[in-house]
Amino acid sequence: MMDSIVERALPARVRGAHGRVLSVDGLVKRYGGHEVVSGLSFDILRGECFGLLGPNGAGKTTTLRCCLGLVDPDGGTIELCGEPVPKAAREARVRVGVVPQMDNLDPDFTVTENLVVYGRYFGIDRATLAGRIPRLLEFAGLASRANAHIRTLSGGTKRRLTLARALVNDPELLILDEPTTGLDPQARHLIWNGLRQLLAQGKTILLTTHFMDEAERLASRLAVIDHGRMIACDAPRTLIAGHVEPEVVEVYGDGARAWADVHGRALARRVEVAGETAFCYAMDATPLLADLAPRTGVRYLHRPANLEDLFIKLTGRELRD
Amino acid sequence: MAAIPARLAALPDFSPRFVPVWRRNLLVWRKLAFASVLGNIADPLLYMLALGYGLGALIGEVGGMPYVAFIGTGMVCQSAMFTSSFEGMYSAFSRMHVQRTWEGIINAPIALDDVVLAEWVWCATKAVMSTTAILLVLMALGYGHTWLALWILPLGFLVGLVFGAFGLAMNALAPGYDFFTYFFTLVITPMLLLSGVYFPVEQMPDWIASVAGVLPLKHAIDLARPLMLGRVPDSALLHIAVLALYAVAAYYVALVLTRRRLLK
Repeated sequence: MMDSIVERALPARVRGAHGRVLSVDGLVKRYGGHEVVSGLSFDILRGECFGLLGPNGAGKTTTLRCCLGLVDPDGGTIELCGEPVPKAAREARVRVGVVPQMDNLDPDFTVTENLVVYGRYFGIDRATLAGRIPRLLEFAGLASRANAHIRTLSGGTKRRLTLARALVNDPELLILDEPTTGLDPQARHLIWNGLRQLLAQGKTILLTTHFMDEAERLASRLAVIDHGRMIACDAPRTLIAGHVEPEVVEVYGDGARAWADVHGRALARRVEVAGETAFCYAMDATPLLADLAPRTGVRYLHRPANLEDLFIKLTGRELRD
Repeated sequence: MAAIPARLAALPDFSPRFVPVWRRNLLVWRKLAFASVLGNIADPLLYMLALGYGLGALIGEVGGMPYVAFIGTGMVCQSAMFTSSFEGMYSAFSRMHVQRTWEGIINAPIALDDVVLAEWVWCATKAVMSTTAILLVLMALGYGHTWLALWILPLGFLVGLVFGAFGLAMNALAPGYDFFTYFFTLVITPMLLLSGVYFPVEQMPDWIASVAGVLPLKHAIDLARPLMLGRVPDSALLHIAVLALYAVAAYYVALVLTRRRLLK
């Protein structure tokens, strides 16, 4: 206990290897001639929530599959929960919980049966499992639906059960691959609450997402990756402060483009136009706002810079498939 | 076909870790047991009774046994083949591809090898279930009242391993359910007609009989018929060896193809 308090107080680089739940060093993965992951390196420290952020096809899921030992990398080293991967991937997975991108609950089973059957895959004995399941159901808000059939559950409820299932082995590291894709706002907030609860209990989380609000709410550190390469890695606020001007004015409407070309570019440090919206980035937005206030024909929104601004700046505006 | 990397071609890893995966399938089966048993035996039972009594009235005895018992023994082997092929193809495909159950399992500390082993043994387990059901019907009709007939149950397991592995190999290649029709048309139907399920193969032209000689179902039937009559089959070890060889070779192919499909 004392050790861990002392360790938390130390900067990351002083901590020993035991402070790292996952270490990825120089990871390379090729499919055919195409390099999907190109020399990716990062460490995940005990107790943090680390976000992998990137557009579709950036190599997020491939990276996770490599870390779990489901795919052999073409280069680099991975250490998961102290075990070398892929060599001892199975041993490492004993201490990892996974929430996959697409639901794969057993549709023939009830809520409880899903947890029991999954627990057996970890070799957890009946008594331990019986003790854990009520707490997992409680955590997932499913205590009253213990015997409900999976087919009767909503998308959000299924996700919460999938999250509970990933905790059946009381894992050291929880890996979530786009955990809230396809959920409505209420369901997303429930998942986020659950994850925050886990972080408060000291669990370590690795999260991939392309939702900026999700990354900003949960992640203590973020790695932005694109084309299999790390573009930036730091705390969300530090990343934003380091790459993007602090204030943003979004200008909409038919006249936005023309206004931006004449006035916006003169008053803002940087202007980006996407469709009928002009994004004006500034150290201080006061002159922009003074210019816009008396105008008709344009609407505008003044806000602080956020992760989306950073993401767009780093990965560009073009569409990915 | 692209070259297969060494890791995908490695020998099978056998481990008791397959047991919880097998138990998962058993738990699903227990929920749907009635429909499943009915589905497994209704078809062979109808054929056995209709052809056995219908044609049997015209034919009388075949191969030293009443035609009902003759075709009934054939049906025992046939149902082991059908049940395990079906399980290895349609059911495994649902679990692997449609429900993504395997994906969930291999995120736990269970290797893909363990999953494929569990599915293989499960195919054979289901073959034994349907073998048992049909054997019981035959016994109720007054045939096979001999301890030797009980050897048909482990035989059903072995036949299940052969066709379960064939099915799993097809599963690993299948883009969708329709793909399995090829297997039924190209493998199961000829096997059914040339292995002596409905009539003795020995009366066919020599070249057909020699083709039949390499079919696994023929070897299973050559073991089952004497057992039903209370006799130890001739060249029993040879028949068992042929079946075992088919099972092991097909399993290895199924495993390598499955690894190639999922571990990339």
